[in-house]
Amino acid sequence: MTVHTASEADQVSGVLASAAARYFGRPAVIEGLSRESGGASRQTWSFDAVTGNARHGLILRRDPPTTGKASDRSATALDRATEFRVLKAAFKAGVRAPEVLFELTPQDGLGEAFVMRRVGGTAIARKLLRDPPYEKARGLIAGQLGEILARIHAVELGSLPALVRREAADHIAGLRRALDALSQPQPVFELGLSWLDRRKPAPIERALLVHGDYRTGNYLADESGVTAILDWEGAHLGDPVEDLGWLCVKSWRFGAVDKPAGGFGSREELWRAYEKTGGAKVDPARAHWWEVFGTVRWGIICHQQAWRHLGGAVKSMELASIGRRAVETEVDLLQLLKEKV
Amino acid sequence: MAQDRPTAAELLSAIADMLREEVTPVLDKVEPRLGFQMRVAVNSLAILEREARLGPAADRREHERLLKLLGRDANLDDLNRELARQLRAGERDERDAALMAHLEATIADKIAIANPKWR
Repeated sequence: MTVHTASEADQVSGVLASAAARYFGRPAVIEGLSRESGGASRQTWSFDAVTGNARHGLILRRDPPTTGKASDRSATALDRATEFRVLKAAFKAGVRAPEVLFELTPQDGLGEAFVMRRVGGTAIARKLLRDPPYEKARGLIAGQLGEILARIHAVELGSLPALVRREAADHIAGLRRALDALSQPQPVFELGLSWLDRRKPAPIERALLVHGDYRTGNYLADESGVTAILDWEGAHLGDPVEDLGWLCVKSWRFGAVDKPAGGFGSREELWRAYEKTGGAKVDPARAHWWEVFGTVRWGIICHQQAWRHLGGAVKSMELASIGRRAVETEVDLLQLLKEKV
Repeated sequence: MAQDRPTAAELLSAIADMLREEVTPVLDKVEPRLGFQMRVAVNSLAILEREARLGPAADRREHERLLKLLGRDANLDDLNRELARQLRAGERDERDAALMAHLEATIADKIAIANPKWR
């Protein structure tokens, strides 16, 4: 990971000033530009654009132009232009998501990038789960996540860009390919995938918009609860129950293990809110299947993260150490396989 | 040839303690991003300390169980490769009590090293 240099910040600031002026139709001054997070290849910058008397709090999402080095981007992740269109459709459909404003052009020279409105709140699970200011929010978040998810799954497919359709069988095949790319055999994950394969839910009649990474850590919340759903790059078409199962994977409870819905509530509480907001009635067996799937998926992703370092794509102690977190999901998986649903 | 004390585990402990108690607080003040990285490093050193202490016996136990379960002699990696193959091919599954006992024991030993507080 590289810390941005002054010259990179100057370049970004200059481009944003002219792009914001184009969008708002009047001269814009960029203030408070700072790099928020993310790896070298996928950046988030925060800034204000001041146009006359108006101050716009904004976020730049940016994949810098690749330098020909091995990419550390996931092969299944959406590119920025597609993510922009998915976010636009979701926001228009009333989903609590950041409002995207404009894309940068290739002539701007920042790589694939777009700008959206900044939303208040924190994504840090540890704070949301333990800090005093969020006490009231803790009682609301599970239900809110159910409501928002129902709205995501109701997004009109005609309003979306072309997205890959991925169902249970495609996911299993994808994870087996991922295992084959690792150098170590993984008996527990193989067991999990075979278990999943034998119990695959029936193919869905109508694929819906699936967020693909709907979990604690990937939304912002403040004292009143969830303010915006983030991280849409895993969006695809598929079985909506996938998102419900993923949210309940134990790793996303961040220690609040007795609250399956992202660390904030029960599965039933989540499902009730989802169904009340127009989501289809949740079949507990199907939800369990997707929770088992999600547990295997996160375990294999842990190994993939470590392999981004081990394979030489990026040099990162932090990524390397994630490899040792995979066993947490093996513990959870063996537990889940024993449960009767 | 046996090395002198400190053992690997003892030395790793001493390093982790020093980094946690003396270096991390300074980094948190000066450069929080590095403070976070140091916490990750200290946590990894704790994993290595447990691995140095518990790893060799855990590997031996896993190897012995696999020899019995698969009924053939090979190194640990090859035996796991064969088990993984059988599981993907559906030649064994979760109804096999001996298999499940082996996996439970293996994972219990692994988590005791990687994150004993996980539940």
